[in-house]
Amino acid sequence: MSVVKLKPSATQTSLLSPMLEVTAAVAIPASAGKQRYREAAITLLNSVVPPALGMLLFVLLWAQIAHLSGIPGPLKTWEAAKVLFSHPFYVKGPNDQGIGWNILQSLSRVGLGFGLAALIGIPLGFLIGRFGFMRRLSAPIISLLRPVSPLAWLPIGLYVFKEAQPAAIWVIFISSIWPIIINTATGVTHVPQDYLNIARVLQLSEWKVFTRILFPAVLPYMLTGIRLSIGVAWLVIVAAEMLTGGVGIGFWVWDEWNNLKVEHIIIAIFVVGIVGLLLEQAILWAAKRFEYKED
Amino acid sequence: MQGFVQLENVQKTFRTKQGEFVALRDINLSVAQGEFVSLIGHSGCGKSTLLNLVAGLFDASDGVMLCAGREIAGPGPDRGVVFQNHSLLPWMSCQANVYLAVERVFGGNESKLQLQQRVDAALSLVGLTHAARKMPHEISGGMKQRVGIARALAIAPKVLLLDEPFGALDALTRAHLQDELMRIVAASGTTSIMVTHDVDEAVLLSDRIVMMTNGPAATIGQILPIDLPRPRNRLELVADPHFAQLRAEVLTFLYQRAGLAA
Ligand SMILES: Nc1ncnc2c1ncn2[C@@H]1O[C@H](COP(=O)(O)OP(=O)(O)O)[C@@H](O)[C@H]1O
Ligand SMILES: [Mg+2]
Repeated sequence: MSVVKLKPSATQTSLLSPMLEVTAAVAIPASAGKQRYREAAITLLNSVVPPALGMLLFVLLWAQIAHLSGIPGPLKTWEAAKVLFSHPFYVKGPNDQGIGWNILQSLSRVGLGFGLAALIGIPLGFLIGRFGFMRRLSAPIISLLRPVSPLAWLPIGLYVFKEAQPAAIWVIFISSIWPIIINTATGVTHVPQDYLNIARVLQLSEWKVFTRILFPAVLPYMLTGIRLSIGVAWLVIVAAEMLTGGVGIGFWVWDEWNNLKVEHIIIAIFVVGIVGLLLEQAILWAAKRFEYKED
Repeated sequence: MQGFVQLENVQKTFRTKQGEFVALRDINLSVAQGEFVSLIGHSGCGKSTLLNLVAGLFDASDGVMLCAGREIAGPGPDRGVVFQNHSLLPWMSCQANVYLAVERVFGGNESKLQLQQRVDAALSLVGLTHAARKMPHEISGGMKQRVGIARALAIAPKVLLLDEPFGALDALTRAHLQDELMRIVAASGTTSIMVTHDVDEAVLLSDRIVMMTNGPAATIGQILPIDLPRPRNRLELVADPHFAQLRAEVLTFLYQRAGLAA
């Protein structure tokens, strides 16, 4: 699992910017105010135009493919979405509920499975990072189990729990625990020796070392682990629900496939994408708040 | 007579992938109470290693190390350390960094208010009362180093250990902090051991300069007493022929004798 330090880069590069920057630099400013205005305009152009262009291209491409293959195009999907989201929370029986309920059900499974993974994974990560013995002890287990495809755990869950709901949560738990453990442990091994030397000189208690030095130092790594882990959980839930049934966005996709409502499948793809994006952004936002600046 | 800090036949061997590496050998040094001693030598000779041994952050491979008559068996707040790169915890304000140390040492029998007063006193000693609530990344390198000194002094250590405390600073800031350190140490009478590679700094601040031979297996090559009267004034010393002579002695050692086995 890659360890990404949570420091979003300040510079947004786009393909267009080098050219525009050159023009801006060469132009002789009539006045400083005008120059600043130009720079702001160029920044705005660079940050708004390329993404908008990308989205436009995407929609055009989609329309073209829809035209050729017969899947619903952007307009048809949009109409269907308007109908679908006009009553997101209806309930017409245990297996026929509004899209809102399906999303919330999936989110609650992800929340439970991920929450358990964090509850167990974070302390484990600290132990593994702090004590070499624990690291050597756990290394073979982690290397063996981490690459296992999440859905391979589903039959075990079904066998043990005899029910779809806990089995799905189990799959989320087991597939999202690894990034948390690994990133937390990596964070602990990366705590600068200087900080630990302060603890040693002052002979701080193990509790103080944890709360004042280890935890704050590891937090950015931990949040990276959490971000990756929620990403995995959200990826996995759709597939798991397809297999287990019930209420949830994954099951809903499968149901709509059985009803041959292809526009709903496309809507589901957007919903999954957007919810995943929002989850990631929420954690990035949290990470920014807890990030500390060195020097 | 036994020194306040006493090192006898101290040796330090590191176990590395290429086998045993003897960093220091035959270190004999006695530092008197209230004395200011500098360790000077070429980069990589083992100055930090020696300081870390006294701090208790490293274990000696051989020999005896005493501080205030007791064997050094690990780090402890009786020896305050000022680290080379300030080492302030970046998630705490300057005040909180100092408080962490003060709380550990005096928290047992003093009230929160008393602890806070100690923090305030330490920060005001280094002239940083106004920056108490600032985070480390909001202040300059020189200010950070001053907070580091305040943190080390706030716990009223028996010995102050400084590892190139001003190494990363510009010349003007360094001169300013040297003067401040001289004033603080003179006022508190704290026994101090400072690592430096700056000859002027060593002569200006020290009662004795411990000059180390080059590694590997470095040892003390020569000890030079600095008998300049205190308080010392850097501007007056520039014109002082005795200062120039002491300075020349250190330079001569560093450039002619440090490479020769002692
Ligand atoms: N933890 C360590 N393990 C192995 N070798 C070390 C360690 N610390 C220092 N050394 C070696 O000991 C020698 C002295 O290092 P150091 O005390 O840092 O030098 P100085 O502070 O004088 O520049 C160097 O050759 C360095 O590579
Ligand atoms: Mg050093």
